[in-house]
Amino acid sequence: MNEFWVLLTGSLVGITCGLTGVFLILRKTAMIADAISHTVLFGIVVAFMVTQSLSGFWMLIGAAIAGLLTTFLVQLLQSGGLQEDAAIGVVFTSLFALGVLFITLFAGNVHLDVEHVLMGEIAFVPWDSWEILGVSMPKAVWMLLIVLLFNILFLVIFYKEMKLSTFDSVFALSIGLPIVAMHYSYMTLVSLTTVAAFDSVGAVLVVAMLIGPAATAYLMSKSVVGMIVWSMAFGVMAAITGYYLAKLWNTSIAGMMAAMIGVLFMLVFLFKPHDGWTWKLFKRMKIKDTEVHVES
Amino acid sequence: MLTGNLLWVLIGAILLGIAAGLNGTFAFLQKQSLVGDAAAHAALPGIAIAYLVTQQKDLPILMLGAAITSALAVYMIQWIVGNSKLKADAAIGFVLSVFFGIGIVLLTIVNQSGTGNQSGLNDFIFGKAATMAKSDLVWLSSSALLIILMCLLFFKEWKLMIFDPVFARGVGLPVERLRVLLTALTVLTIVTGIQAVGVILMAAMLIIPAAAARFWSNHLGVILVTSAFFGALSGALGTIISSVRTGLSTGPIIVLCAASLFVISYFFAPTRGFIAKSLKKKAFKQRNVVKEAVNHE
Repeated sequence: MNEFWVLLTGSLVGITCGLTGVFLILRKTAMIADAISHTVLFGIVVAFMVTQSLSGFWMLIGAAIAGLLTTFLVQLLQSGGLQEDAAIGVVFTSLFALGVLFITLFAGNVHLDVEHVLMGEIAFVPWDSWEILGVSMPKAVWMLLIVLLFNILFLVIFYKEMKLSTFDSVFALSIGLPIVAMHYSYMTLVSLTTVAAFDSVGAVLVVAMLIGPAATAYLMSKSVVGMIVWSMAFGVMAAITGYYLAKLWNTSIAGMMAAMIGVLFMLVFLFKPHDGWTWKLFKRMKIKDTEVHVES
Repeated sequence: MLTGNLLWVLIGAILLGIAAGLNGTFAFLQKQSLVGDAAAHAALPGIAIAYLVTQQKDLPILMLGAAITSALAVYMIQWIVGNSKLKADAAIGFVLSVFFGIGIVLLTIVNQSGTGNQSGLNDFIFGKAATMAKSDLVWLSSSALLIILMCLLFFKEWKLMIFDPVFARGVGLPVERLRVLLTALTVLTIVTGIQAVGVILMAAMLIIPAAAARFWSNHLGVILVTSAFFGALSGALGTIISSVRTGLSTGPIIVLCAASLFVISYFFAPTRGFIAKSLKKKAFKQRNVVKEAVNHE
């Protein structure tokens, strides 16, 4: 049964992050997600310092605020004349350092150690359960389900608007879409996804899960819907294979899932028919061969 | 207060700050700041592999392992961007998280092996400058000195390469090789600093001083000197603060010192700073109002 919950959590992380990640890749904001996954730590610590509790609800609020703050600060620095990559780098490293400092200063003896935040402990997921409406499931599963619901709702309602503001932001602005508000609400969703996922799998895997499957799906598909489906599928595949390999070699589950994301990406990148790297190499060799024939 | 080891740590931190400040400025101007972040995260698997292979934790061996995987990560980012439709940000994020994940996997394996528990490899995640051994500090300092020297030697070539690559090629500079050299030096900077400030925050040492220095001037020379100064200052302050209060990791403190310098620069730098800009805008508006008033008359 425990194995089932761990696998379910991993797959839910894969689905939720896969879904959210698609627009991160398309909007070229992958590194802001990386930044948010680091600064969420800061939000959680501050939420803990204010409320003195580790309940999931306050963690979500803290993370959402941290995500918004990150997005806002990056925008602010950019409008202050700093290039984007440096703005992201300055903001997230500073807030992350502040989060680490706060943990060592104020929360050293609670369950908030930094290693846990980085690597997560998905194996412990089944021992911390919540009961809602008479159904008892692990806390992580509940949080992921709720956030997944938010994500689906947002995408169902604003799918057209998101697509337009992603691919043609000037046109979107000209017909009166609130693209700034959409950017911020999307980033809030990213932070919610991050915090729901990272309680169980750690900050590292969250970044891997947000960017990796969606990047792989980007290579696989040419339509947004296709990309979403592929992305979620890759997320689940990485979660399940990662879990069993980690069990086999008795190592970190979250780390192994991230490694599997890398393997899946490489397989697609290298061997995808027509677009894959080896395929292209082969084609190039063929062209060279025919040229030689013609000459002789 | 400045007894034996702490003095060494202080020298090491200052040299590291200068090296990262100089090298970071070049990376910053090439818009490669986040590549440094990826390279820093990617050092982790290298450290673990070096330990697993040699069963030793001498700094030079671990540094070599870290350098190999960091360089591999940078190369892989360029390879992915060059050979697929993925953009740089996606490639960087992907490589960064996957390499770090692999690093965590290997680190767990190291920690489970009998001797691994005491290997102290976990310190590489957040750094432990204040408690570094003297032999390690000698390595750190000499490596930092090498980086500083290289930055000074190649100042003119890199300046040309960054601001006018076409002209640089025209006058016969080996631009590609210079670029590789700069990347290699960035990797070396990261590898030098990881034991002191950790893999996660090492990128901050490259990015923040350079970004802060950019507010103070438009001249590369001045920016370099300012950036090196900021790096050295935050290294020194961070080391001193974290040695006064035990239990604080050095890495985060150094980064926070750098961040404070950045905030000061952002607001108070002359001409490019926030306050100076706002004042200028206000003066401009007022002048226009006066002009309009005159026109009306």
